[in-house]
Amino acid sequence: MTGWQMLLYKEVLRFVRVAAQTITGPILTALLYLLVFGQALESHVKVYGDVSYTAFLVPGLAMMSLLQNAFANSSSSLIASKVMGNLVFLLLTPLSAWHWFVAYVGAAIVRGLVVGLGVLGVSLFFAVPPLAQPLWAVTFALLGAALMGALGVVAGLWSEKFDQMAAFQNFVVMPMTFLSGVFYSIHTLPPFWQAVSHVNPFFYMIDGFRYGFFGISDMSPWFSLGVVGGATLGVGVWAYALLRSGYKLRS
Amino acid sequence: MPAISFQSVSKSYPSPRGPQGGSFLALDGVSLDIQAGEFFGLLGPNGAGKTTLITILAGLAKASAGRVSVMGHDVQTDFAQARRALGVVPQELVFDPFFNVREALRFQSGYFGVKKNEAWIDELLESLGLADKANANMRALSGGMKRRVLVALALVHKPPVIVLDEPTAGVDVELRQTLWQFIAQLNKQGHTVLLTTHYLEEAEALCGRIAMLKTGRVVALDSTSALLSSATGNVLRCVVDGDLPAELAAKARVTGRVVQLPAADALVVEQHLTQLRQAGLTVRDVEIRRPDLEDVFLQVMNQHPGRDDGGRV
Repeated sequence: MTGWQMLLYKEVLRFVRVAAQTITGPILTALLYLLVFGQALESHVKVYGDVSYTAFLVPGLAMMSLLQNAFANSSSSLIASKVMGNLVFLLLTPLSAWHWFVAYVGAAIVRGLVVGLGVLGVSLFFAVPPLAQPLWAVTFALLGAALMGALGVVAGLWSEKFDQMAAFQNFVVMPMTFLSGVFYSIHTLPPFWQAVSHVNPFFYMIDGFRYGFFGISDMSPWFSLGVVGGATLGVGVWAYALLRSGYKLRS
Repeated sequence: MPAISFQSVSKSYPSPRGPQGGSFLALDGVSLDIQAGEFFGLLGPNGAGKTTLITILAGLAKASAGRVSVMGHDVQTDFAQARRALGVVPQELVFDPFFNVREALRFQSGYFGVKKNEAWIDELLESLGLADKANANMRALSGGMKRRVLVALALVHKPPVIVLDEPTAGVDVELRQTLWQFIAQLNKQGHTVLLTTHYLEEAEALCGRIAMLKTGRVVALDSTSALLSSATGNVLRCVVDGDLPAELAAKARVTGRVVQLPAADALVVEQHLTQLRQAGLTVRDVEIRRPDLEDVFLQVMNQHPGRDDGGRV
């Protein structure tokens, strides 16, 4: 194994060691959403034609969990290592900014995909959404996980304390993932909130991912791909530039 | 080619104090070459800039001016080669609570791209008395054991240059001896060692050459023997049963009841003893000895008063 491969392996092993917290917990949370919202709203909410509400919910919940966990992985690993002080072991190595980027974002993608697949897996007991366009689903899953992994790197580098990280998580990531159309089609919203949703990049990730299942979406998948691809590239460059400059790492 | 080279290294930090912002000059034009195979000591009071110098050497901080290289590799422009040549034992007892000792060593080895390193990892664990802790989680280790792991982590990629930043702070006698035996053995095998410590007797016993820093400047740089012989006069050591008179207290090294006073010749010794008697003190265990490194250190520090600005620029 070369240096960055070892770091990637270590980062994956880190979350696997505490799987109850990093994999099983998020899957259970998503399952509870599915049970409660599915049960309460199944007969009240109409979405895409004859698609059942529970089936509609499944891909959205899987993608939401994927995004949140990809973010959590890189951000929590960096902030914990910074607060514990053990990031120094990594700073002393010949690993370059690019190596750090690939390893941290790579491990975030792995965790995002594992949790996302886990949510899909357990949801199959309740509803089986069709997989109309699997390539679209895979593309949005990978891009979304990379985007959130890179955003986690930015947040992990910026935060100096756990409460700053919690603020980022609670006031940015949570609202944006919740208000992204996981639980509804944005066409059911009043015009104002539709407009707000259109500036939320999370909406395009969820909508594009859902297109992969139903072949129907609020926006054209190509347009969503453009938005999500652009955002991933932008945040990726931002995270890499921070690593490269040694932002809050090397004084 | 020197193993470590500092050329006119300065480092300023933004200072939070003062209305104009301003900056604090932690290092002020330090130039220093350490040759391959040396056991070199970097001494100085707290805040002298020792750790700043080491963090710049290790690439953890960037110098504001000047150049630093390890085995000829610039620590900024050729950082990968410089870091491969360097093993650093950090001052803080830091660890990753997710993994055990062997895993931590494997990861560190891997980050440096060293493959099939199990034999060397076993040897390190054995030499540092960690063999029975190889599978213990880092959290479960005592402070002394964690310190040994830090040493092992620094050496896992077999660097030719080893830097120890106060490795024996708060460490028991047994570990100190194991550690120094091991480091001295590595030095004999050709490794260059750079040590910072507050224990001057350790520096005197181990280091072939010493630099003393004060407020970011090198104020003494010589072989340990030359520094020792540069000290003038002798030292009067005795035990007293009360507080020293003010005049003597200003010159004395006091450790509990033990008092050590510089004494150029017999006349000065007599004067000191008279003053002590006149102060009503009972003097016991009187001894005259040659100055040690601590005496030299105090002499050098007194000869070089800190900058009046305290480093502010």
